[in-house]
Amino acid sequence: MRRSGAATAVEEENPPGMIAMTTLNDGAGRPGGGAAVGFERAAVRLGGRTIWSDLSVSVEHGEFVAILGPNGAGKSTLVKAVLGLLPLAAGAVSVLGGPPGEANDRIGYLPQRRNFDAGTRIRGIDIVRLGLDGARWGIPIPGLPSRARASARVAEVLELVGATGFAHNPIGELSGGEQQRLLIAQALVRRPGLLLLDEPLDSLDLPNQASVAALVRRICQEEKVAVLLVAHDINPILGYLDRVVYVAGGTACEGSPEQVISSETLSRLYGAPIEVLRASDGRLVVVGQPEAPFVHGGRHAHD
Amino acid sequence: MIEAAIFEGLSWNPLSDVRQLVAFPFMVNALEAGTIVAVMAGVTGWFMVLRRQTFAGHSLSVIAFPGAAAASLAGLPIALGYFSFCGASALALAGIAGSRRSLSAESAAIGSLQALALALGFLFVSLYHGVLSGLDSLLFGTFLGITRGQVTALLAVAVAAIALIIFAARPLFFASVDADVARAAGVPVGLLGFAFLLVLGLSVAATSQITGALLVFALLVTPAATAHQLTARPALGVALSVTIALAVTWLGLALAYFSAYPVGFYVTSLSFALYVLARLTRVVAGARSRAKLTPASV
Repeated sequence: MRRSGAATAVEEENPPGMIAMTTLNDGAGRPGGGAAVGFERAAVRLGGRTIWSDLSVSVEHGEFVAILGPNGAGKSTLVKAVLGLLPLAAGAVSVLGGPPGEANDRIGYLPQRRNFDAGTRIRGIDIVRLGLDGARWGIPIPGLPSRARASARVAEVLELVGATGFAHNPIGELSGGEQQRLLIAQALVRRPGLLLLDEPLDSLDLPNQASVAALVRRICQEEKVAVLLVAHDINPILGYLDRVVYVAGGTACEGSPEQVISSETLSRLYGAPIEVLRASDGRLVVVGQPEAPFVHGGRHAHD
Repeated sequence: MIEAAIFEGLSWNPLSDVRQLVAFPFMVNALEAGTIVAVMAGVTGWFMVLRRQTFAGHSLSVIAFPGAAAASLAGLPIALGYFSFCGASALALAGIAGSRRSLSAESAAIGSLQALALALGFLFVSLYHGVLSGLDSLLFGTFLGITRGQVTALLAVAVAAIALIIFAARPLFFASVDADVARAAGVPVGLLGFAFLLVLGLSVAATSQITGALLVFALLVTPAATAHQLTARPALGVALSVTIALAVTWLGLALAYFSAYPVGFYVTSLSFALYVLARLTRVVAGARSRAKLTPASV
């Protein structure tokens, strides 16, 4: 039922306007409600262990924000908290103007993933289509106008991510970069206000990392979508980002890449001396970064 | 009526051969039951192959054997044994799968259970002191002795199972290829997995009555796997899977009627031949498209 909204949006000339309008309403309703995502002093506990606490992060509409940090620091946990899949142990989070989990049909989610293996005999276009109406019961009736609209929207979003040429091939036979484009198309097909991309650059080679990062930047600007992108390495996306959230040491800090990826900030976050070096080509190198288990053992003994 | 029909053997005249096939009521029952089972197996099998649950399907079919043997030992209808054992073990598998992420993690436990099921089935058959042909048909299938009542029961089960799959087609497809995203989109992934295993159990029980417990795969897996080889379009794939299952069932029944060999053998061999053909076609097509792409795509 809720999805009928997304189906009618297909016809609109300027759908980003719809999202912006929601924002205005939210903003008028209560001050400070305008952010796409807002964490306030939030904490998540999993199996008795605090993953992070005292986390305050906000993401504005149309902003491209990267979530960085070492393995096991809780980057994917942050994404799941935005989706409402994990409850907060403390603090608050608002997502697209409401509590998490309520606006999930306006969130495009790309989980941390495994690629589709070579034996997956499903066409890319069907995977994208699932993002549009995969949760609906019953089977589609051919010949209805809503079917034609849905097909048109799928074609449009395939064009946007540059996947039209290979969308009819089985997804298992495509390269990692091509699969990632199709999955981004799937996440985008319902015109979300927020895109959650969990390690979309993982398992891609460097040129593909750069081209997918450029694609996300372009989508962010053209579709006015807020993007939260989880990444291991900041360097392939450094030139495209607005802001950075760095999760480490059981909490997080946010700011511009220059502010956050600095010796001073990271040393404070980890509670250990960290050095950030800038290579002559502009790449950032973090030296002395402790492994995540040490961080948890050190910080959470008293939690 | 029955007196009028006389077995004449294969005349190589298609018309009179078909007329002969439907001359005996038992054969009409067998053809109807086969048709129902083939449609059901074609649809469920396509989703089973997509979900990579063939091992679960195999476990269910092995468990069908002691079910049927226990039913004949207790003097109950064999179909009851198939349906109750397959239904119960589908629930058990769903329980195992529900607590873990996937069934493959539990393959050792399921494998041990399969061995026990086979041994139990053999024990029940021995206790029954039945003739050995009974064991043969439980394991490898028969088209003899299918009653009107059985055909009606099969039809009811098949209609319910297929209606359920049609209703859940898109969310089930979503959950099968992309569980994490489907869950985030509000699809009840766990519930669908549970319901699908139950439908799979019913399909196995129904198919066992034609192909026997050990050859269920001939109708449940092979046509579906062939369809997956031939097309990546979901709707076309299900249609192909059903068509192949129907074709091999009808042909298998006809061949078994005109020859001395069991129906399970024919159905299995025919669907296997089609599968091999489909794979070969893909290898050839793949080589051709690669040859075409190589100069341009460098």
